[in-house]
Amino acid sequence: MSEIEPAGRVKIHPMWVRLTHWINALAVLIMVTSGWRIYNASPLFDFRFANDITLGGWLAGAIQWHFAAMWLLAANGLLYLLLNVAGGRLWHKFLPLSPRSFYADLKAALHGRLSHADPRRYNSVQRAAYLFVMLDILLLVLSGLVLWKSVQFPLLRELLGGYEIARYLHFFAMAGLVVFVAVHLVMVALVPRTLLTMIRGR
Amino acid sequence: MPKSLPHTERDAIVKEALRSLDSPARRLFLKRSLGLGGLALLTGCDLTDSQGVESALASISRFNDRAQAWLFDPERLAPTYPESMITRPFPFNAYYSEDRVPQVDGGSFRLEVTGLVADKHAWSLAELGALPQTDQITRHICVEGWSAIGRWGGVPFSLFLRRVGADLSAKYVGFKCIDDYYTSIDMPTALHPQTLLTLTYDGKTLPPRYGFPMKLRMPTKLGYKNPKHIQAVFVTNNYPGGYWEDQGYNWFGGS
Repeated sequence: MSEIEPAGRVKIHPMWVRLTHWINALAVLIMVTSGWRIYNASPLFDFRFANDITLGGWLAGAIQWHFAAMWLLAANGLLYLLLNVAGGRLWHKFLPLSPRSFYADLKAALHGRLSHADPRRYNSVQRAAYLFVMLDILLLVLSGLVLWKSVQFPLLRELLGGYEIARYLHFFAMAGLVVFVAVHLVMVALVPRTLLTMIRGR
Repeated sequence: MPKSLPHTERDAIVKEALRSLDSPARRLFLKRSLGLGGLALLTGCDLTDSQGVESALASISRFNDRAQAWLFDPERLAPTYPESMITRPFPFNAYYSEDRVPQVDGGSFRLEVTGLVADKHAWSLAELGALPQTDQITRHICVEGWSAIGRWGGVPFSLFLRRVGADLSAKYVGFKCIDDYYTSIDMPTALHPQTLLTLTYDGKTLPPRYGFPMKLRMPTKLGYKNPKHIQAVFVTNNYPGGYWEDQGYNWFGGS
């Protein structure tokens, strides 16, 4: 594929961002739906997820999916962070971010007055949302490591408050991720052009 | 020909389609959107049942066995807890209900020891009770997610394996149980300092519901790896599998 930009067309997402985005979307879909099935085996709260929207068929199948897709999520996430940090994209795309600009942009967004004139530049709400989801997935991975290998990662286990607390952290971080995805999809529906840019790059 | 388009119209459509495809961006877009459809399909339930996906997941599970063996530190200890933190009552858990727990006569019971061991004599409970004993309060973690803290006492399993002259370079230690349960573990876990051939629970003789006459307790493994009502121990290099493991649960099952 040619990376040369036709006149008047601006590249918004480089190829590596698009690739890691869609691989991450697939990994998250598998992790969340198989995770719901695992949750159902021993629910933390007074509800279960409908089996129809879970992946794996039964506990062992769900665990197989979860512990297969975890490699995809972790490897892809690591690659994304490395490329983001190495190229400085993390800083110039997502920072600076101040509470004042966040609230100003949030207010404008809720009044339908937030401009999307330049899709290369994220507004403060977007910056906060994308930084949140990066940290949230990091917390999912770390709390997941404590659940999977609580004996082998003692420092991490103690930092997260022990095995049982890590179960709740893992659950709430999942809930945060699901809320992010829901808002993300609504925003894509409102500004469909962003879907094209995440596919074509322009 | 029934209901076919006139030639001119058909040619126009083909030409238009070719023109669309000519633009590399559009071609790419089409290709990618098909790709996305494929992603959505991948999570479909019908695919879960297909042989290809199942065997791929099974090989990743075997890869995860190797990853866990590599991560396993034979010196690293599971956390221990004060007596006040013991879960009371400690939950009963088996692949059958509590009314089907086997009742074993301790007097006539003999533990069989076979495979790659020098001393194959069968052990009475009195003989096992005469070996050095220790106890520990550790967290039992179930594959379902719940956990409970209990106190188990018995013979360090590494001491027992050395006493029977087991080949410590063998790959597996397998267990056959009175309730037809069976499982197997890796040798490094068998030799872990907290792996106990337990004869007591909370200071008293192991009750039937917790695995009388004996249970192998490993705080470094999930619950289903901890066999109860053990009838026979064998040391082998041939993969012995396990009751749940043969149905798809991960074999290493460590924490």
